[in-house]
Amino acid sequence: MNRETRFWTVLFLGGCLLLAFQSLRTERGVGQQFVVRVDATTGKIIPPAADASDNSAAAVKTVIYEPASKDDPEAIWSFSRTSGIWIAALLTLCVFSYLYRDNVCYKLAESIIVGVSAGYWIVTYYWEVLIAKVLLRLSPELARYAFLPDTPADAKADYLCIIPVVLGCMVFCRLIPKIAWMGRWPLAFVVGTTAGLKLILFLNADFVRQIRSTILPLVVFSATASGGSELDWKQSIQNIVIVISVLSCVTYFYFSVEHKGIVGRISRVGIWVLMISFGASFALTVMGRITLLTMRLQFLFDDWLGLVRI
Amino acid sequence: MSKTVPVLIASIVGCLMIVAYFSPPLLPARQMAEDWFTIVATIAIFLGGANLCLHHLKKISDREAGWGFSAVTLISFAITIAVGLLKIGVVPESEQQIKLAWSGPFQQEGSGFWWIYQYLFSPIVSTMFALLAFYVASAAFRAFRAKNLEAILLLITALIVLVGQTRDREITSLFLPPPAEGTPPYVPIADLTEFIRKTFVTAGQRAIMIGIALGVVATSLRILLGLDRSYLGGDE
Repeated sequence: MNRETRFWTVLFLGGCLLLAFQSLRTERGVGQQFVVRVDATTGKIIPPAADASDNSAAAVKTVIYEPASKDDPEAIWSFSRTSGIWIAALLTLCVFSYLYRDNVCYKLAESIIVGVSAGYWIVTYYWEVLIAKVLLRLSPELARYAFLPDTPADAKADYLCIIPVVLGCMVFCRLIPKIAWMGRWPLAFVVGTTAGLKLILFLNADFVRQIRSTILPLVVFSATASGGSELDWKQSIQNIVIVISVLSCVTYFYFSVEHKGIVGRISRVGIWVLMISFGASFALTVMGRITLLTMRLQFLFDDWLGLVRI
Repeated sequence: MSKTVPVLIASIVGCLMIVAYFSPPLLPARQMAEDWFTIVATIAIFLGGANLCLHHLKKISDREAGWGFSAVTLISFAITIAVGLLKIGVVPESEQQIKLAWSGPFQQEGSGFWWIYQYLFSPIVSTMFALLAFYVASAAFRAFRAKNLEAILLLITALIVLVGQTRDREITSLFLPPPAEGTPPYVPIADLTEFIRKTFVTAGQRAIMIGIALGVVATSLRILLGLDRSYLGGDE
């Protein structure tokens, strides 16, 4: 056993001892989660004793679990949520282990997230698009009977919906070399729709509206309590800075003219504005990431270990 | 045929989207095309899932380095799909729906799919993003050097905005006269941060957005006119 392996073994054993000590020492335990049983149809809490006497199929089928405090008399220990907290904590540590170097634990977490995220989006789109949009339009009766009971009884089928389904299924032609060219049709539909939508969207929201928002009064007067008006110097300075900054930045992005003379000087101001903007964006990004880090540490030390009370 | 038809489809659909924006009677057609787009894109996601399976199955069958991790990916993928599609742990939410086991929402709290999101997906993704805090800080430490005016501006702004968002910003009000009773203390760096965000950040972002918009419009027009066919890929 080399020195590094010894170090990690000692660290691992120390962690296990800390967990064991913490779970025995505190009443709350480590990552223990409690829930109350609630009847989904009525919203009423089901006492644990009442559940044993009521074995009807309907009662069992409609029970949902809501988080509760351990002190709640109706609370019962939840295996699924407790194991979930433990698994989430261990996976969090696996990801943090990358700070040391790339290792098996990190790769394991990475492999899990690839599979889970792919599956997550497929399931989400299956229920939200294929069932809620396609099946509902092609066969409202079947949708109402099997998945969506709230579908109106007079809903009519819309068979035009079969066209995008066929078009969509054509993407699988890419897996068969002889008819792979047919896979371009749905792709062309998606690209064409995106191009048409984005053209209008960007022209409207990111071009016209941004220019409109930059056309600001350079001298702003605000109403006073006596009915007169006075110079709002703060707003005026703000507007002047915005107008000059936008114009200079746009000049910097204008590459059809050589950046010399007056154009060069204005574009240099544009670079300064962009640098200030990037500096602020960098700081905001760092703060966002640190907030996320704080949340993960809070999860580990509060939700899992119970070492801090927030 | 293999290239002309797709170009025609892209042009016709794209032009319909633009014309419908200016012509209210065509708005239902635009709405329908948007719905079709969602459906086609959704089915394409299933192709992505199939590709993921094929790629990892090949790695496993070839016993490539790290094939065990491919197996983990495939197992987690299969479990997520099975739990989500079968709505394991989902219960009906009203008395009329008791006989319909699949009528509850697929993301219902307490269901298997909710568990996967809550205890696998969310912790790993947020921890991966949290890791960036360390890497952004170390990259900034190595790369940021006050070599010229532009770099100095970037550094000073970053410092001001960082301090302006923490509790330490109150240090800047220590040298000011105490505020009148009942009024909050004036914090200069907080005001400066707000001013930077309202002016320079807004202006910089605005100029970038205008540039991006022009780029998107130009690219979209090239696609609609059939000048840009790169999305069709090579000859197959």
